[in-house]
Amino acid sequence: MSDNRATPEQIKAAKDKLDVHLREVIAWHFSPETGTPFWLEKAKSFKFDPLKDIKTYEDLKLFGHFEDEWLRGGPVRRWVPKGYANKPWYVFETGGTTGIPKSRVVMDDFRIDYEMFSHTLPDEYFPKGSNWLMLGPSGPRRLRLAVEHMAQYRGGISFCVDLDPRWVIKIIKKGWMEHLKAYQDHVIDQAMTILTAGHDVKCMFTTPKLLDALAKRLEDQGKTLKDVGITGIFCGGTEMTSQWIRFTIEEYMSPGMYIAPTYGNTLMGLAAADMPVAKDGYKIAYYAPEPRAVVEVVDFDDYDKVVPYGSEGRVQLTTLTKEFFVPRFMERDEGVRELPTTKYPWDGVSGVKPFREFAATTTVGVY
Amino acid sequence: MIKIPILRWGEPYHSLESDKVVHFATGEVMAEVSQANGALVSRDMRHAQRARDVLREIPIRDILAKAKLAGEYYTSADLPLGDGTQSPDQFVKMQSATTGLPEHMCRFNMEKNQFVLANMEKILDALTRGLDLEVLSRGHGIESRGVPISYQAQSPVLGLVLPSNSPGVHTLWLPIIPMQIGLVLKPGPQEPWTPYRMAAAFMKAGIPPQAIAIYPGAGEVGAAVLQHCPRSLIFGGTATVEQYKGNPRVQAHGPGFSKILLGDDVVDDWEKYIDIMVDSVFVNSGRGCINCSGIWASRHTEKIAEALAARMGPVEPLPPEHPKAGLAAFTVKNVAESVWAMIERDMKSPGTKHMTEKYGSRLVSMDRCSYLRPTVVHCDSPQEPIAKAEYMFPFCTVVKCPQDQMLSSMGPTLVCSAITHDKKWQRQLIDATHIDRLNLGPVPTIKLNWLQPHEGSIVDFLFRARAYQEA
Repeated sequence: MSDNRATPEQIKAAKDKLDVHLREVIAWHFSPETGTPFWLEKAKSFKFDPLKDIKTYEDLKLFGHFEDEWLRGGPVRRWVPKGYANKPWYVFETGGTTGIPKSRVVMDDFRIDYEMFSHTLPDEYFPKGSNWLMLGPSGPRRLRLAVEHMAQYRGGISFCVDLDPRWVIKIIKKGWMEHLKAYQDHVIDQAMTILTAGHDVKCMFTTPKLLDALAKRLEDQGKTLKDVGITGIFCGGTEMTSQWIRFTIEEYMSPGMYIAPTYGNTLMGLAAADMPVAKDGYKIAYYAPEPRAVVEVVDFDDYDKVVPYGSEGRVQLTTLTKEFFVPRFMERDEGVRELPTTKYPWDGVSGVKPFREFAATTTVGVY
Repeated sequence: MIKIPILRWGEPYHSLESDKVVHFATGEVMAEVSQANGALVSRDMRHAQRARDVLREIPIRDILAKAKLAGEYYTSADLPLGDGTQSPDQFVKMQSATTGLPEHMCRFNMEKNQFVLANMEKILDALTRGLDLEVLSRGHGIESRGVPISYQAQSPVLGLVLPSNSPGVHTLWLPIIPMQIGLVLKPGPQEPWTPYRMAAAFMKAGIPPQAIAIYPGAGEVGAAVLQHCPRSLIFGGTATVEQYKGNPRVQAHGPGFSKILLGDDVVDDWEKYIDIMVDSVFVNSGRGCINCSGIWASRHTEKIAEALAARMGPVEPLPPEHPKAGLAAFTVKNVAESVWAMIERDMKSPGTKHMTEKYGSRLVSMDRCSYLRPTVVHCDSPQEPIAKAEYMFPFCTVVKCPQDQMLSSMGPTLVCSAITHDKKWQRQLIDATHIDRLNLGPVPTIKLNWLQPHEGSIVDFLFRARAYQEA
């Protein structure tokens, strides 16, 4: 990575671009004509004027931290900016195994985010025009539509499976391990059907656990991912470690294949990473799609302070689009701050794992 | 500092992730243990059958000789460990340093493992009720009285999700290799020592490396072991036992709730049995499932509790290398504090009396660890919230209960030492299905007869008796 380090000029140019973008987004969400009802109402309690006082990214500290609990329940229209009130909107949900899920409204963001991400994928392994397998959660989630859109954007068609992660979490909480295995088999059965039906699928989205299960199923049948035509894997949805990706590359992938790890959630776009390699210890360094989203690694004890490069901290996320404004949301993850690169001249994060204070109580990696 | 790899059927594999195992008192890093991922376990299981196949190439009689030799290596040889070697003394010090168990107890557990390996032939003879062991290898045979028999292995390997805090449990899996079944071990995070040392001893004695896999790691690794091994043992708390209840693939070992019952015919002579009670509660720092956590009698209970408190209450923590150290440290932060908070909460009940209170505070919190000193609680009835509690230190309740209500009130009991000559009650005790190991008479709960099954016969768990005919 060190030979790839961004120059100070590149970093400054990216920061200037971020600040310009930020001012546009603030003006949109806080103007009485185009603003978002939630933020216009919230602004009444602020001791500052967002339109006047927020000029640079650093000024966002005035907002404090976004609380994702605000996203629970309705009316969901309070999140729709007035300037887009008459446009068609989607709602994507996160959580919701029990109780009310958190909702995010979306118009075009998922398309824009996944188109941006599409440009980070090497065409050699993700050939334009080839078909995709979407082996991930279905239902009221962004992923299914977003991956399908990306496949279409690249000239292909996406084949999807049914997978209800809320039911999976219920099974785990009930301790029904046999049912869990049966449900996973059911999902992999669907993938195997698609991959062996002559659909010329070369690319896939999948989660780490489902990739494990698919590769194992293929191996049990004497086949590999390459044998069934897969050359490019876009992997995300849950955390992945360097050890996991090394194991996957060394033991389940073949030369001529590529895996693109990603980090993201419904609140943000998609942070991309290059395919990890042995010489870097299979480090997975993610970079957010600035200026639309910013990821920072902040001090565990002082969230206003960014940690030094190479140090661990909690992941803080900011989303800055005209559809959705999320300032300084404290993610449920921690990681290591990474240096800007020529490809991404802003901070990245590696070694992402569940935030230490939540790790013991969170059911992660269910699909 | 030693770097310990994953063992993939004997092949060392260095993970990109490792866990530091630290000395509980000094914080010194004793080893860096490679951490597996669940998919690695799952993928390796494609070679599970090979583990049994390579073992079946060696006659069981020869494996028994190798097991005996392994026991000797285990207790007396310098053996490879990761990128270094480990002497028996180093093993004792390392195990003590990371589990909190006093060194002399670690040494005792080591000797116990060797005893089991040295006597494996007798143990298997007892557990199989005298079966010609080659029947397990071949799958079928003819008994000496001419009856055809067949025993079919239900899994080529046994998975084990092992605990950190109770090195005594390892005897349970020592008969597995001699039965030509492979081992898939997931060590407890603070106790990688016994699985690695035992594996090294087995291999030095000539057991094929392809028969043993060791996967240290987080919860997903344990889950993968249980998912992919057709037969597994797991050690955990009551919740773990409940989760796997009725699952034929998993034998869950949890708290023992072991007890001593004093019959009405002997209770007036209770003083004669105080030594047995103290040993049952106190030996091995009360950590085993076979340690007594409840002493039940119909009268004199307060006096019994007072006498036990007088014997154990004054015991204080000593350094782990001290030959008289009787207490193991709680090495995981806040565990002792949480346990003591639970005990204090339950002792607020009016029918409960803390008998060791006058011997000073039970909770001893230190910089990097804590201790709980022996605690005796008197309960007026089995309905007291703490009456059937069990904790990982020398803790016991003395419960007042009429003899004719003991069996219906005491709940599941791993080891029950019932001291009585009452034939009618003895009959009821023998018939009680919620008692696993029954001792009639003054036998400490911690005194095991190795020729008897423990929580079900491991042979029955691994082999199914079935019909087999040849034309």
